[in-house]
Amino acid sequence: MGLLSDPNRRRALISLLTRLNSPICVVCYMAGVAWFMGLAFEPFTLRTYMSENAMGSTMVEERFPAGERALTTGREFSAHKKKAGGMPVDWLVKTMQARGLEVFTQRFSRKLPFPDENKERYMVKGTNVYGILRAPRAPRTEALVLSAPCTPGDSNNQAVGLLLGLAQYFRNQIYWAKDIIFLVNEHDLIGMQACITFSPDSCRGGSIQAALSLELSSDVITSMDLVLEGLNGQLPNLDLANLFYAFCQKIGVLCTIQGKLQRNDWDSVSGYSHSVQTMMLMVMKQASGRPWGDHGLFLRYHIEAASIKGINSFRQYKTDVTTIGRLLEGMYRKLNNLLERLHQSYFFYLMPSLSHFVSIGYYMPAFGLLAVILLLRALDLWVQLATPPPRTEDGITDKEQVSSPGVLSVLTPLVISHLTGVALYTLPIQFQEMAVEQFPVSETEAVVLTAIGVYTAGLALPHNTHRLLSGEGTEQGWRVLKLVAVLYLAVLLGCTALINFSLGFILALTLVPVAAFVTPHVPKVLSAFILVILSPACTLLFSVFFFQELQELPVSFQEGWLLYLSVISQGILDHFLYGSLVYPLIALLVYPCWLLFWNILFWK
Amino acid sequence: FDTSAPETVDPSSVPQPKDDFQEELVIRPLHSGDIYASFQFRTVWETDFMRGNKVSHYRLFPKSLGQVISKFSVRELHISFTQGYWRTMQWGQPFQPSPPGAELWVWFQDSAECKVYAAGCVDGTWKELTNVLSGIFCASLNFIDSTNTVQPSASFKPLGIGNETDHRFLRYATLPREIVCTENLTPWKKLLPCGSKAGLAVLLKSEKLFHSSFHSQAVHIRPVCQDWQCKTTSWELRQTLNVVFDLHNSAQGKREWSLFKMFSRTLTEACPLASSSKIYIDITDNPQGEQFEVSPATPLLSQAVVLGDRRTFSVYDLTQQITFGTVRSLNLLIRWKSSEGDMLRPLLHAERYVAGYGLQTGEIHTLMYNNHPYRSFPVLLLDSVPWYLRLYIHTLTVTSKGKDNKPSYIHYQPSKDRLRPHLLEMLVQLPPNSVTEVTVQFERALLKWTEYTPDPNHGFYVGSSVISSLVPSIVAMDTNSTRERPLFSSFFPCKEESSYFVRVYTEPLLVNLPTPDFSMPYNVICLTCTVVAVGYGSLYNLLTRSFQIEEPSPGLAKRIANIIRKMRGVPPL
Repeated sequence: MGLLSDPNRRRALISLLTRLNSPICVVCYMAGVAWFMGLAFEPFTLRTYMSENAMGSTMVEERFPAGERALTTGREFSAHKKKAGGMPVDWLVKTMQARGLEVFTQRFSRKLPFPDENKERYMVKGTNVYGILRAPRAPRTEALVLSAPCTPGDSNNQAVGLLLGLAQYFRNQIYWAKDIIFLVNEHDLIGMQACITFSPDSCRGGSIQAALSLELSSDVITSMDLVLEGLNGQLPNLDLANLFYAFCQKIGVLCTIQGKLQRNDWDSVSGYSHSVQTMMLMVMKQASGRPWGDHGLFLRYHIEAASIKGINSFRQYKTDVTTIGRLLEGMYRKLNNLLERLHQSYFFYLMPSLSHFVSIGYYMPAFGLLAVILLLRALDLWVQLATPPPRTEDGITDKEQVSSPGVLSVLTPLVISHLTGVALYTLPIQFQEMAVEQFPVSETEAVVLTAIGVYTAGLALPHNTHRLLSGEGTEQGWRVLKLVAVLYLAVLLGCTALINFSLGFILALTLVPVAAFVTPHVPKVLSAFILVILSPACTLLFSVFFFQELQELPVSFQEGWLLYLSVISQGILDHFLYGSLVYPLIALLVYPCWLLFWNILFWK
Repeated sequence: FDTSAPETVDPSSVPQPKDDFQEELVIRPLHSGDIYASFQFRTVWETDFMRGNKVSHYRLFPKSLGQVISKFSVRELHISFTQGYWRTMQWGQPFQPSPPGAELWVWFQDSAECKVYAAGCVDGTWKELTNVLSGIFCASLNFIDSTNTVQPSASFKPLGIGNETDHRFLRYATLPREIVCTENLTPWKKLLPCGSKAGLAVLLKSEKLFHSSFHSQAVHIRPVCQDWQCKTTSWELRQTLNVVFDLHNSAQGKREWSLFKMFSRTLTEACPLASSSKIYIDITDNPQGEQFEVSPATPLLSQAVVLGDRRTFSVYDLTQQITFGTVRSLNLLIRWKSSEGDMLRPLLHAERYVAGYGLQTGEIHTLMYNNHPYRSFPVLLLDSVPWYLRLYIHTLTVTSKGKDNKPSYIHYQPSKDRLRPHLLEMLVQLPPNSVTEVTVQFERALLKWTEYTPDPNHGFYVGSSVISSLVPSIVAMDTNSTRERPLFSSFFPCKEESSYFVRVYTEPLLVNLPTPDFSMPYNVICLTCTVVAVGYGSLYNLLTRSFQIEEPSPGLAKRIANIIRKMRGVPPL
């Protein structure tokens, strides 16, 4: 306790921290990475368990019999879809009405900020059809959602068929306590957003407690895949994943997460690398901030949601649609039993396999070890700035005596780099039309290339900053600037990691070394190269390749580059369509922060 | 026995109580294939509970309610228990609307005890009354307190005679969370003169009534005119029970209904105490028998104007032996011939929802639909919102057809934390063929941790909005009230010829409030202890310690030298 009040011991501690600063930083970095990699090791993780009482002890029987009929309905739907050349609204309305649902349609239209080349859409017009099964004697206060997207082409017909089959079966049961909304949405997430965002004709059935989105494109499947990652890396309550896993076990359906089956040989190297792969896929997906299924937008409304995808691979063991129907029936009956919203289990977790999870308490230290490096560096700089510390009676160093390097020399780079960030955020959309007129590119290319252009132009910043600065930068000057930048980065990454751990961790992995080593006195060319390699844009590029590698779909550099461009355009679109935060975070905060370090490197 | 009271008269001279009991059941096959059954039991008694008159001889009128009226100086009492939400879009208007949960509204007499304006007096009576009713109906009406009671200024006018409309004597409360089940049905049935032993009440078996889409039971007490000139008044007790059976759940999808299938009983007799006992079947949509077929057929037809529509009914008079036929039992059967399930377009309906995300603010949207092709009409909107949703009344907007629609009357009473709810009443003109949207933003309050319900993550209920209106009628109303009319058509008094009274309830809302993690106290204790131990400890240490420059301790040689010098008696170095 006397540690802080005893000037001698305080001095000793500080001198230890400054003397051993670099080794401690290196050890922290290593320990952080090692801790993170250890998270995938099964003995270090917890088994999943059902926390919610209302779903745990109650037994339900699954009796859904009509898989074949659902497939016939799916084929009928497919035929009508072809005939209508899109969503067969009238047929769906009639079919849902015949099944005793209250049917509504919702028209929506949306103009994208620039054309989406992946999905080939710009002016989007569509219709959602949803039928509400009103629970008997319930006052319309609570609802569950089951949705299936109506996609162009031949996919997902079985999902719609099964949805209608389940609607018919559910309608004849008496035990429902919550309304069930059966939704067929067009234009995937855009339709979904129209449905959830409240407007006079949006999907309403009281407060929605849980939602599942079903994707199914074949008559038989080998496994069911669970997708959890939603907008901005939000995850549903872990109990929803537990529920899915419990019913897969009960009914005997192979279930996967990130498309990876779980393995039992955790003690072998291949078993470990398998769970590392699974966990890294989740980290990459979460870090991207994109909704990875149609459920992704529900999470913002505090509605627990997940997507379930049927996968048909070359395995021997096949599961028919009746069994999937029974799986969903079981899940909905248990959700129907809920008295409160799902809240008992974790909201922040990583899953190295479907049966194991890493909670926030376990993964946060990994990030903490990286973040502490920034604080150590800041302490080091602070001490350096304050040396020689004039010894006064009570051991407090007098700051007035240190010659301050002027507010301008710190403020100017801060302001200029943030202005560059603002340019990066606004210019790509603003100048797309001009770019299309001037250069032979499409709108999408224009947006992406403008973004890259602005990003690269920002690298010329140090020279411009110095032109504005009065006089030469002093030795003290860059130290103060670096102190500010390091603390700024620490706060920035800390906040990001709290909201989206994966994004925060990946950014910390690359930016923390930069922040730690950069000074004006390191070899310029080599350091500049390392700095660029570790900049946010290159991190994204590597992430794209790494992600492909994890998915076991390696790409050539050419393909990877194209993928990279499309990822940028998707990120910008996600922001403007659904409010994803990754693009503004990178453009307005992370990139300017990185520019500060770039500035320090070229300090004159 | 107080003989000095002038009102007390010799018991022998008391005339026989003039009371009368009627029972009826209306069955309406609905568009959706579901079936709506509405029971009404009406007891009229020419007596005076008021002015200290001690009524001690009861015949048909239930004594428990009679005592309540006289003890609490009740002028009118309306109580309903509803399980489920009436689906106006599929079923049309109900005969007696009611919101999900429990609803209670009472007009008190301007009695001797509460002569002067003393709100406390009425409030005290109201508190006692709700507790007594809670016992009578076996419901949690005792949860009605000042935080969910309002005094609407315009929406709830007395339905019986009397010209007192000072809303200080009115109390209105709803409990949207109240769950209605058999324990509420049994005491309700016990109020009937024949109990559930005879008459229509034998059909009221709970295992069937609660296997339905909608269930609502109510008790209405009001003073009415005995005759056309209204020279004498009498007390009317109406007990109503409305139930909708679901085609899919109870009929296994077969479009065929019978009394036995609906209630698992058939009828064999009327209640012997009833002066009239009838079953009406709504055959308006089925004039030629092309939609459905009713058996046994009856020659008796009756026409009535109900809810602005002239309806035709087949009538079965249970007091006539012939109704029961040779088998001495009546099992009405309705068999559908065609199937249709289109949505209706009721002239007035409403819905409500909460928009926005996050746990800080939100927005309540109330949508009111006027589907009349060319007539606009005014509606009275009543909203009672609990205090923990803090309404930002300056954000109140009313829009119809994209234009601002200024309400002609607004009565707003702000809430007081933990004392009373918000009350908002508005008179809004609904343009023809339009949707009027009322929005108001609110902030979610953070409750004290003991104020949360045992299941805080379920959410908190906000009772239904009430929309009362005179809706333009399709047919001219028959105002000759002396004519014999079925009970279901004579509930709301209606003076205007070309319109009829409708009350619509929106769905209740379920709103999530910011909820703490209730294992938090443990964490807080741990955290606080740590903070106190580490932070406060070291700060306290710094503040209380006096700092001195320490003399550098002398070296070993010097110390030895000093000891020797001390022994020698010379001053130390």
